[in-house]
Amino acid sequence: MNKSEQKVAFFDKPENVKIILRVFYVLCVVLVIADFIVHRHIYVSFEEIPAFYAIYGFVACVVLVVIAKEMRKLVMRDEKYYDARDDEDDSSKKPEEKQQ
Amino acid sequence: MSYAIPAFLPFFIAALFAAIAPIRFRYILVLVPLINGILLFLNADQLSPITVQLHTFTLQIMDVGPAVTEQDAKLSLLFAYLFHLACFICLIYALHVKDKVQLVSGLLYAGSAIGAVFAGDFITLFIFWELLALTSAFLVFARRTEAAKAAGIRYLIIQVLSGVLLLIGAISYFQQTGSTDIGYIGLGSTASWLFLVAFGIKAAFPFMHSWLTDAYPEATPVGTVFLSAFTTKVAIYMLARTFPGEDLLVYIGAAMTCFPIFYAVIENDLRKVLAYSLINQLGFMVCGIGIGTALALNGTVAHAFNDVIFKGLLFMTMGAVLTRVGHVNGSNLGGLYKTMPKTTLFCIIGAASISAFPLFSGFVSKSMVMAAMIEAGHEYLWLMLLFASAGVFHHAGIKIPFFAFFAHDSGLRPKEAPTNMLVAMGIASALCILVGSYPALLYSLLPWENNYVAYDITHTLTQLQLLFFSALAFVWLNQKGLYPPELKSVNLDVEWIFRKALPGIGNGIYRLASGAKRVAVSSSLSLLNAIPVMKRGNDANAATMTLRMAIGFVLLVLMAFVTQFL
Repeated sequence: MNKSEQKVAFFDKPENVKIILRVFYVLCVVLVIADFIVHRHIYVSFEEIPAFYAIYGFVACVVLVVIAKEMRKLVMRDEKYYDARDDEDDSSKKPEEKQQ
Repeated sequence: MSYAIPAFLPFFIAALFAAIAPIRFRYILVLVPLINGILLFLNADQLSPITVQLHTFTLQIMDVGPAVTEQDAKLSLLFAYLFHLACFICLIYALHVKDKVQLVSGLLYAGSAIGAVFAGDFITLFIFWELLALTSAFLVFARRTEAAKAAGIRYLIIQVLSGVLLLIGAISYFQQTGSTDIGYIGLGSTASWLFLVAFGIKAAFPFMHSWLTDAYPEATPVGTVFLSAFTTKVAIYMLARTFPGEDLLVYIGAAMTCFPIFYAVIENDLRKVLAYSLINQLGFMVCGIGIGTALALNGTVAHAFNDVIFKGLLFMTMGAVLTRVGHVNGSNLGGLYKTMPKTTLFCIIGAASISAFPLFSGFVSKSMVMAAMIEAGHEYLWLMLLFASAGVFHHAGIKIPFFAFFAHDSGLRPKEAPTNMLVAMGIASALCILVGSYPALLYSLLPWENNYVAYDITHTLTQLQLLFFSALAFVWLNQKGLYPPELKSVNLDVEWIFRKALPGIGNGIYRLASGAKRVAVSSSLSLLNAIPVMKRGNDANAATMTLRMAIGFVLLVLMAFVTQFL
């Protein structure tokens, strides 16, 4: 394990992350293009919209996150709202010992 | 060779053995679900029913054989295989733990689940139903923290309540029909509603779900893996047996797929995120039962099978993190892939499976329910399920691996998970990929006739589009800084009613009542003191006695006068 400590880990190099993201973007574009080439079976009227699934997936997730973020104002409380939790989460204790 | 014992019996004997024998013999226990499962599988065609006479009542503890319809028999068997498999994986995962409580309760719990799916009447079911509750609670208690103790008690109360409702339902069902045999019920009578609520509690219907998100994250690392496999799936099995095609369930299921994902996005405890996503997956199954066609029910059963494996896998990876780090709070994790690469890989496989990536197990079963939804004409509900599919990828598929193993470097450098945990996770991962790549393996076991083709170009393309653009949304939100950060927090849910509101009201009433009592006592004391006393020593002499009697007489007259007007 010492080796990985010394050398910079794969995802810590920004250029590696950049490459991965670029590949990911290209794949996204390819999938949208494929939507126009491949003849999809249409079962539901919504599906006639070009790239319906791509649009829906993106919008759904943004909506999900935005609503969830707003929900925090209503439902979020302090970590110790219900329980005192004094007998756990102690990083000074060795977790291996605690679990046995 | 024929198989002529109740299928749960080996588990109970193994539990007894585990309780008595020294803990170093725990390795042998792994063989119990393995051998029993294989024997059951080999003798599936020639099982004979077993009954136990209890006074005047016959308990059908193994409702199998020629008298049972083909579908019911296959349904029971598939769930039984699944539970054997789950127990086998759980036991391997638990090998490093030298805690008898978890071993014994885990074995009893798995045995009870297997007993429940072979039960032929509601009374037998009730026994196993309550055993499930009792034995599983100890997996929560075994964490041995104050929070776990309290959560375990709450869990137990709700679970036992479900059993009591089941018993009342069974009794009134018996009064109406003269039979307690398990079979199609359908909504209508009071008994059927009692059954629905009893099953609904264990299946985590909305507003009855809080026991799941409350207790599962509090259990031990091993305990949560056990818990995620059995209770809810027994409830799904029972719903499939008794309420197939019940329209109400489609709407309940759709609600179950959607509401938990909002909580999952903002939840910090990663095992609680998984607990919410478990409800989301159950929603797909409940929808399938509600639609009730052969395709939908097959989808439900297949999805239950896959869910046990991939949700178990995800809980196992989080359990490994919990074992090594001591907590699973997203806010304090990150960068663990550096020292736990294998666990990271298994977590990604589990995440890909739950998100229904092509070639992973979720893909071949979730789509059956979705296709059945369209066939049944529920277009808007289908949109809800699609939303939930995108959402599940978002919170379980990306959030779990990303915040635990990647994201910002937390500086934690825990050791890789113990070997036995890695083996268990490896088996589960292999199953996820195997079922996802060769769905025919699972399809051949399904109860109803199945000619669904998972891999066609439309389905593969649309699913990939959905997933990639959900991921794109995550990347975009993260880069814009719009993604809600992981915060140390607790989010209020239905449990707030009985953890804060009801105790609050109770305390309020108590304070009011004790205030009223104080006022009453002090005022009656001052009244008593107001009674004139002739001060001549402490003895009551004739004069004070007369005076008191006179006052008493006046009071009585007043009371008699008042009562005239009432």
